[in-house]
Amino acid sequence: MLQLQCPFCGLRDESEFSFGGEAHIARPLEPDALSDEEWADYLFNRSNVKGFHREMWLHAAGCRQWFYAIRNTVSYEFTAFYRVGDPLPDLPNRSVPGAAK
Amino acid sequence: MKKYSIFSLARNALTKHENWEANWRSPEPKKAYDAIIIGGGGHGLATAYYLAKLHGMKNIAVLEKGWLGGGNTGRNTTIVRSNYLWDEAAALYEKSLKLWEGLSQDLNYNVMFSQRGVYSLGHNLQDMRDIQRRVNANRLNGVDSELLNKEQVQKAIPLLNCSPDARYPVLGASYQARAGTARHDAVAWGYARAADALGVDIIQNCEVTGIRRDGAKVVGVDTSRGYIQAPKVGVVVAGNSSVLADMAGIRMPVESHPLQAYVSEAIKPVLDTVVMSNAVHGYISQSDKGDLVIGAGIDSYNGYGQRGSFTVIEHTMAAILEMFPTFSRVKMNRQWGGIVDTCPDACPILSKTPVQGLYFNCGWGTGGFKATPGSGWAFAHTLAHDEPHELNAPFSLDRFISGKLIDEHGAAGVAH
Ligand SMILES: Cc1cc2nc3c(=O)[nH]c(=O)nc-3n(C[C@H](O)[C@H](O)[C@H](O)COP(=O)(O)OP(=O)(O)OC[C@H]3O[C@@H](n4cnc5c(N)ncnc54)[C@H](O)[C@@H]3O)c2cc1C
Ligand SMILES: [Zn+2]
Repeated sequence: MLQLQCPFCGLRDESEFSFGGEAHIARPLEPDALSDEEWADYLFNRSNVKGFHREMWLHAAGCRQWFYAIRNTVSYEFTAFYRVGDPLPDLPNRSVPGAAK
Repeated sequence: MKKYSIFSLARNALTKHENWEANWRSPEPKKAYDAIIIGGGGHGLATAYYLAKLHGMKNIAVLEKGWLGGGNTGRNTTIVRSNYLWDEAAALYEKSLKLWEGLSQDLNYNVMFSQRGVYSLGHNLQDMRDIQRRVNANRLNGVDSELLNKEQVQKAIPLLNCSPDARYPVLGASYQARAGTARHDAVAWGYARAADALGVDIIQNCEVTGIRRDGAKVVGVDTSRGYIQAPKVGVVVAGNSSVLADMAGIRMPVESHPLQAYVSEAIKPVLDTVVMSNAVHGYISQSDKGDLVIGAGIDSYNGYGQRGSFTVIEHTMAAILEMFPTFSRVKMNRQWGGIVDTCPDACPILSKTPVQGLYFNCGWGTGGFKATPGSGWAFAHTLAHDEPHELNAPFSLDRFISGKLIDEHGAAGVAH
């Protein structure tokens, strides 16, 4: 089981959290100005990174706050946890086996 | 290729089974092919087979980074059915089921397709209404499907807990009699052997590391065994689809998740069919060896590690015991994970892409094993004609732009 460091509550088991998908996908400021292709890209396309992934988690069975994490999607190791509004921590500067070069 | 028959079996028995010929050659990759299929899972191998058999394209190669069937093809729980709700999905999966029905003969390879039937349980009124709607839709589409009440279900599956005291009481089920299971490895090997016999080069331990384009056109692929040219490239890599899309400079509406499966110790025959439940979310069958084959839902997070979390194991076992309390003393033997590529509408992508000559077959998520023959058949047509067949045209990438999604989420009984 994964363990996550909730920025509000500390280290807890994965079973207390729910996964919220890729982080920092900005909602278009002018949706009406988008082409169908751009709207589809916003709605459906995901980076689905093999490597370090910025993602959202909800501490569903805890403080019920959303926060962000960086996780290696191959080893599942977390390298950072941060709150909404925090400065973005850097992605680790190492390669992940099997990831696109 | 030497044909398998009762006579070849007898002949080889006389020499202690030491002289069977290899199922496929393992040639060095050529410098150029007419078409390259990336991914030696069932779907990639089936695509190559139908390209060679039905479309006369024989100068083709299948490139597999590991071993044949080492991806989801060899990791799945082998449920085959076609009782999908929407017309487009029912047509595609039913085409596949029809191909399954003649597959062992067609390939001259026993894929152990066993039409033992699949039950999808209903546990509340809404479940039963959904089931009834789906059964009616199936019948209108010519897909065999039956609505059963609790007594019929209990009679067919004596060990199932149909007591009204159950936490999720069983009220009835849908049943597809032509559905069942097949041997997953045999599907990969059978297609590989038959494709090889038609001249297809099957190349294992050959990882694609780059896709080369000349402007809007694909021209070849970089691999761990050198550069290989081809004007047509079909990508059939399931959980790694986004990685390959990235190499070609395009984006995909898929996300990769771990999906786990489990088998128990072998026990005497107790379950002669497949039982699945959406509400308690688990499904189970018994293999010919006697082990119970069990699965449930994906791990929630994106992942490329072929394993999952303990929370999901616990949830799965709870679901199985809710249905079959008697199995509480059966010991589990093995657990593993595959990486499934899920689509927003839980339907696959079999499509041309914005790059000319580059085609993607992906997004099968948790339920593409059953579609292996039909997927290969339709994708081969798409590659050969540079146009989708009418069966897979609705499954093109542009549905995400037009908004014409095929929403099989929840509609399809259970996701497998
Ligand atoms: C646990 C589990 C249970 C399932 N249960 C069912 C079920 O009961 N019924 C059902 O219908 N479906 C089920 N599925 C889904 C089903 O297994 C898949 O949809 C199907 O097998 C996909 O086949 P494929 O050939 O597309 O992919 P795969 O078999 O995964 O083949 C893709 C291949 O591409 C190769 N590859 C990847 N990257 C590269 C590269 N860069 N270069 C070269 N090769 C590469 C991989 O090594 C792999 O062999 C299940 C899946 C899992 C994981
Ligand atoms: Zn918290």
